[in-house]
Amino acid sequence: MQSLKAEGVEHVFGIPGGANLPTYDALVDADFRHIQVRHEQGGGHAAEGYAKASGRVGVAFATSGPGATNLVTAIADAMLDSVPTVFITGQVRTELIGTDGFQEADILGATLPFVKHSFQATDPRQIPEYVHEAFHVASTGRPGPVLLDVPQDLSRADIDYAPRTEPVELAGYKPPHGGNIKQIRIAAKAIANARRPILYSGGGVINANASEELRELAAADRFPITSTLMGLGAYPASGEQWLGMLGMHGTRAANYAMDEADLIVAIGARFDDRITGKLSEFAPHAKFIHIDVDPAEISKNVPAHIPIVGDAKLVLPELTREYRALQTDASRLDEWWQQIKAWQDKYPLGYEQGKDGEIKPQFMVEAMHRATGGDAIITSDVGQHQMWAAQYYGFDKPRRWINSGGLGTMGFGLPAAVGAKVACPDDAVVCLAGDGSLIMNCQELATCVSQEIPVKVFLMNNGYMGMVRQWQELFWDRRYSSVEMGPSPDWVKLAEAFGATGLRCEDSGELEQTMAEALETDGPVLLDVRVSPEENCFPMIPAGAAARDMVG
Amino acid sequence: MEAGTPQLVKLEELRVPGQLSGRKHILSILVENKPGVLARIAGLFSRRGFNIDTLAVGPTDDPSVSRITLTLDGAVHPIDQVTKQLHKLVNVLKIRDMEPEETVAREMAMFKVSSAVENRAEIIQFAEIFRAKIVDVSRRSMTIEVTGSADKIEAFERMIRPHGLIEMVRTGEIAIARGSD
Ligand SMILES: Cc1ncc(C[n+]2csc(CCOP(=O)(O)OP(=O)(O)O)c2C)c(N)n1
Ligand SMILES: [Mg+2]
Repeated sequence: MQSLKAEGVEHVFGIPGGANLPTYDALVDADFRHIQVRHEQGGGHAAEGYAKASGRVGVAFATSGPGATNLVTAIADAMLDSVPTVFITGQVRTELIGTDGFQEADILGATLPFVKHSFQATDPRQIPEYVHEAFHVASTGRPGPVLLDVPQDLSRADIDYAPRTEPVELAGYKPPHGGNIKQIRIAAKAIANARRPILYSGGGVINANASEELRELAAADRFPITSTLMGLGAYPASGEQWLGMLGMHGTRAANYAMDEADLIVAIGARFDDRITGKLSEFAPHAKFIHIDVDPAEISKNVPAHIPIVGDAKLVLPELTREYRALQTDASRLDEWWQQIKAWQDKYPLGYEQGKDGEIKPQFMVEAMHRATGGDAIITSDVGQHQMWAAQYYGFDKPRRWINSGGLGTMGFGLPAAVGAKVACPDDAVVCLAGDGSLIMNCQELATCVSQEIPVKVFLMNNGYMGMVRQWQELFWDRRYSSVEMGPSPDWVKLAEAFGATGLRCEDSGELEQTMAEALETDGPVLLDVRVSPEENCFPMIPAGAAARDMVG
Repeated sequence: MEAGTPQLVKLEELRVPGQLSGRKHILSILVENKPGVLARIAGLFSRRGFNIDTLAVGPTDDPSVSRITLTLDGAVHPIDQVTKQLHKLVNVLKIRDMEPEETVAREMAMFKVSSAVENRAEIIQFAEIFRAKIVDVSRRSMTIEVTGSADKIEAFERMIRPHGLIEMVRTGEIAIARGSD
């Protein structure tokens, strides 16, 4: 407990059980807040939402066995989205390990493939040491989840805690800092020589708190800029050089610009398949500068011509400075911008307005933007609603868009909103939920009510697992299979059953007003918005196709 | 201006280094001697689809450090990517991609061959040629210990196989850098 406190922990999410009883007993006297969630997966995602919203390490506790295995999805999610998190699980007593004891699960083994690191304590004196190491590893370099598994007899032992005076040093762990200046100079010169450059930024820029530095680089020469789903907000969507998101549901302007670029500057992005589409046809004319704090990302999917390993927060200002010193002629980008503007004019994001009060899902996102002044923290589930939010909300600031990008975990949104609201109590936190997703973790409404965490859930209720329906429609001959939600719960009543406020809206004319009402209502609110059931999310690059083959 | 870098970097002239070396690599990996380290390494290899050809684990002169020597095929795996992924494991302290010319690599193998009285002499002769040792003899079989490079062991296997190879066991290669450093 003291070691957690020493790490500056103020909030922990979790559920007690036999194997972590000693920890929970100590919580009674601890002076940080424990948020009792209703499912360990919810606790795990809440820790992620907390970390993503604040940049601080999110912490979740679970007991051994089923408590620990319930965390697995959240741990994998945190790994794929590089979320600084520490998961502390109880384990059966040391002498029972390996005997299939009651509630024994090898959580260390189960999570090996998707932790940044993990520890199992074998001596009570290791516990504080491991706690400090866990926070260090989780929060430095490329962030990620660290698991600490503590057998019950060890967490029970009394030990003397001596506050740590020295910084953590791990022999096998040396996260990089600034990039190699020679490489940065070469990169600056390559950019100076490019006629069709583009900045492609990812979640790493947000993790590095390098949005300002990114904006300065972009401003050094009117570079067109796009970002991944995870990187939204690092550069403002209202900015002049913004091309919109790229990738599977990105804009044509962004994807075509990648396709025709002669130089791509990737910053904290990892060329995932949702970005590249068909790898062999990805950006065929481009050379690549790849800036990443994780050397293993460089040349993993796309070979980098100029690799720069380092923290974006340190590398970007150097790159901007070196570039500015070259005093290039900005007019060399004119032709490129003409081409980009032509794409933007020809292919703006758009949709057909609904008639007779029908609420189009895209309209719902735009209404959310208006109702929240564009300044709420938005968490999301996974599906069409997530993509529409990314396309239409227009994030102007980092850490305002919290979603599960890498793992694509349905049911992420509500618990993540719980964590975000705990981290940022003064900000409006809205979970844009899907009806298929929300039900997966709707138990966390009880957490919101009992712990007085006033998140607002705006449910995009299309009656379908819409994204899967869309794929079945487009790529599987409309052979719909298990995508209808059928007689869904009465969401208003469900909210009320939990003790939250339930609202419903079925008319586009009333939507913004109802949203405003939801935002003004005290306490947690669930607003059930009935949207067009069979709208498709466009444009899109079909899986495995090239950017040129965007449809819709 | 940095010496050696041209005034302007021409995009057309930028190249990426080849990813596949096309040869066998021996990686010598120093790891913390802690439970589960081998599982992390084995898991990483299987998860990323890297195929280990041989693997040998043993202590070093420092009891808190173990050495893992593994060989893999640089024709199918980008070795650079393999070492970078390995480096991400917190328990991995140091990785050395051993340069073939500057490395002494050895493997040990034991071969149990059926040895009727009439071909015994011939088998003993093979063993002598390969500087192998006969470590066990029974009425119907002989066990021979061979030490050397993987190539030598494979050559011995080819020679001995027609004589009725009953069983063989190999340790996997271990390696050390030549010279004094
Ligand atoms: C836990 C989990 N199970 C299954 C999927 C596959 N999947 C992706 S999107 C989707 C549908 C989501 O439906 P909903 O939440 O209603 O969102 P919509 O697409 O309708 O906006 C499904 C089933 C997933 N991403 N996560
Ligand atoms: Mg739906």
